[in-house]
Amino acid sequence: MATVSIPTILRTHTGGEKAVEATGGTVGEVIEDLESRHSGLKNRLITDGALHRFVNIYVDDEDVRFAGGLDAPVKDTSTVTILPAVAGGMR
Amino acid sequence: MIRRDLVDEIVAHARRDHPDEACGVIAGPEGSDRPERFIPMLNAARSPTFYEFDSGDLLRLYRDMDARDEVPVVIYHSHTATEAYPSRTDISYASEPFAHYVLVSTRSQNDEASGPGDEAEFRSYRIVDGVVTEEQVEVVETYMFAHTGADDVPDNA
Repeated sequence: MATVSIPTILRTHTGGEKAVEATGGTVGEVIEDLESRHSGLKNRLITDGALHRFVNIYVDDEDVRFAGGLDAPVKDTSTVTILPAVAGGMR
Repeated sequence: MIRRDLVDEIVAHARRDHPDEACGVIAGPEGSDRPERFIPMLNAARSPTFYEFDSGDLLRLYRDMDARDEVPVVIYHSHTATEAYPSRTDISYASEPFAHYVLVSTRSQNDEASGPGDEAEFRSYRIVDGVVTEEQVEVVETYMFAHTGADDVPDNA
């Protein structure tokens, strides 16, 4: 089972848990598995089949945007970290 | 409530990076709501109209805060040509419901009449579920003698 680190803003979906376990060979499968137990999480991460631009997901130390996106491989020993992007601008 | 030296650090960072937007975090112990550790971040966008933490920097920042039992108490950035008020983009990205979003405007740096001693616009907001609430900024020299509420004041004081 991979360990998934959940950011503060999404902990309403995990009963306040900072980290939860999930199975899956890819980031997409891990998210599907999370959704089966923590309903509503998937919608906060994926829009139209792609990773939401406001969210960063890392497998171990690698941003999945540079590693295949939702197809990025996840191992049993992996830590998947979800972090909201910190960004903004004057417009 | 925020220490004066931290306000000065934020304003100095914003002025240094002008005309680009500057950004960073002040971390503090989880549950304390007390900003303590100043962490200036690089604006990966290097833009006068947009800021973004580099994704690798962001991961290291949160790992480091986790290891110290800290949270981002303040998330700050500068606006270089507009007022210190959250834009639509700021609001759509805001995702730390317990953080104080601090905005500094460096627009007066474009104005030749203003000098380096002028007070910068320094304002703070909560941004929760797209709703912006401005909050009063209380600048203190130290947190040691500062009260967190009326309950702390002794009856016979």
